[in-house]
Amino acid sequence: MEDLSFQHRARGRAGGSRQNAIVGVVASGNLEVLVERTLPDAECRLEIKTAAVGFGEVWTAVIGDFVERYSPGGLRFSINDGGARPDTVSLRLAQAVRLIEEDGR
Amino acid sequence: MLMSTNAERNTTTWQRHREARDSRLEAGARLARGKIVEARDVTRLLEAVIRPGDRVCLEGDNQKQADLLSHALLAVDLSKVNDLHMVQSGVVLPEHLDLFDRGVAKKLDYAYSGPQSARIARMLFGGKIELGAVHTYLELFARYFIDLTPHVALIAAVSADREGNLYTGPNTEDTPTVVEATAFKDGVVIAQVNEIVDEVPRVDIPADRVHFIVKADKPFFVEPLFTRDPAAITEGQILTAMLAIKGIYAPYGVRRLNHGIGFSTAAIELLLPTFGERLGLKGKIATHFALNPHPALIPAIESGWVQQIHSFGSEVGMDEYIRARSDVYFTGPDGSLRSNRAFCQTAGLYACDMFIGSTLQIDLQGNSSTVTTSRIAGFGGAPNMGADARGRRHPSEPWLKAGGEADPDSPALLRRGRKLVVQIGETFGDKNVPLFVEKLDAIELAEKLSLELAPIMIYGDDVTHIVTEEGVANLLLCRNAGEREQAIRGVAGYTEVGRRRDRNMVERLRQRGVIRRPEDLDINPLDADRSMLAARSIKDLVRWSGGLYAPPSKFRNW
Repeated sequence: MEDLSFQHRARGRAGGSRQNAIVGVVASGNLEVLVERTLPDAECRLEIKTAAVGFGEVWTAVIGDFVERYSPGGLRFSINDGGARPDTVSLRLAQAVRLIEEDGR
Repeated sequence: MLMSTNAERNTTTWQRHREARDSRLEAGARLARGKIVEARDVTRLLEAVIRPGDRVCLEGDNQKQADLLSHALLAVDLSKVNDLHMVQSGVVLPEHLDLFDRGVAKKLDYAYSGPQSARIARMLFGGKIELGAVHTYLELFARYFIDLTPHVALIAAVSADREGNLYTGPNTEDTPTVVEATAFKDGVVIAQVNEIVDEVPRVDIPADRVHFIVKADKPFFVEPLFTRDPAAITEGQILTAMLAIKGIYAPYGVRRLNHGIGFSTAAIELLLPTFGERLGLKGKIATHFALNPHPALIPAIESGWVQQIHSFGSEVGMDEYIRARSDVYFTGPDGSLRSNRAFCQTAGLYACDMFIGSTLQIDLQGNSSTVTTSRIAGFGGAPNMGADARGRRHPSEPWLKAGGEADPDSPALLRRGRKLVVQIGETFGDKNVPLFVEKLDAIELAEKLSLELAPIMIYGDDVTHIVTEEGVANLLLCRNAGEREQAIRGVAGYTEVGRRRDRNMVERLRQRGVIRRPEDLDINPLDADRSMLAARSIKDLVRWSGGLYAPPSKFRNW
């Protein structure tokens, strides 16, 4: 297991009013993302528990691109990773933001 | 006096091949009753009609295999039959390579070696096989009529009548082409059949082209190559498929096309009745196919998307469905599918506006290959499907639009169109192997084997688009090699190739629409969900077919 943590400045606040959302499952090659609206509007934090050790550089790249593309200001992500490929991680992060931006509930 | 001399010379020197064929037939006839030879006598028949060094086509197609005849050939007396030059499209059965280990055969010209790809690589490295060339199907068929005409063809059919008329059933595949080249150039044609009947359901091969028939004790082997279990389709493949539909099929209005056999294209087939329907694309895209009878296309057919399909071969379990959907498929007077690889390849080359398929490696110029240093899978049909046909002359909307994007400055009346050649895949494949590489394994292999050409599946200058879960790269809009490289890096995700991209240049390419991300195409990542697939299991496909599709047992996983 490895714990990683990233703190980014976001261009702006993530849309919508929902307070939290969860996507994915913890399974081999998959991951679970819990996203909560708990931070100041320009901040974004991601905490990762991953089964695959030694991929910090790839995580840095994936998360850097994610923050730039989706501007997830105000959101805190807690990730349980079962050794997912970077493309799966990107998809789950995008899904998490999209879900918390959706109206209702 | 002069006249008779000419006549004499004609009979003695200009019909030697026919005479040789007749003497082979005479030797074989001693083992036959009429044209029928007992299975136990087949090896002796082959010893009687085949000469050392002959070019032999042992029908190994993409799917159908003349397995009884390959067993029999392997058992020949080496003092009678040796050093054969095998000219066959598929090297599929272990026996096909055992022939070289034993010394029955020496030289090989072929097109496809799917299941034998690892062993064929070892044998080439070990010098067990003298390689002529690896071809595309159409290319090998062409050479059957020029410089690789078989002396003997060993073929497979479903049934024969006593005169030798053959019914090939849904898997007609290569048989008419092989027989045409052999029978009309003084060669000998031997067919294995599953049964001998009074009357064949339809005549696929007329009797006067068939010299001997053998009844096999079990039906010829057919591999279910085109069945993709929807249960194995990933969300990444669904996202990629949505990008292809919205980013390529829709804007070009692609109606006539060929699909490769991977999971990404299966995902596209299963998204047409859901995602495609929601986009209002029914009737506007994917109406006419050059395609094997993919079970994954059943929901789109049942939903009225598909008007017509011509097929290279068939697919195990699809017979009754095809028979019941003759408006869509090509069928004979008996009702069963008539496939034909040579015609379907030609159709894919000249009458389709798009090929979309997956590959194992793509380099920075867009060259792609399915060869790895330990596997030589051959080319099959993909290079013909995935190539711009320079002889094409009829216009169509997608072809003209693609031509215009590639060359906006030429006058429209003199500008060639372009076939859309799309490579689709996830940035990381099986076992996290990256799709994108700086140097193809195919080049390393060519160096190791001292080949004159690296085995490139699709040349970069034919590729128009690359689609991954990262987005669509439109290479038609790239104006130089540098832009092209960055467009490819820009959809290469977190592979080494992707991470070495020039971020500013990739962003400029995105602003020009050369690269389009999911968000640029307004694709909701939450739609990348298996609930979006029209069928999520083989059982769903059976249900869509009204029980007509009968999947082979290895796919009955419910």
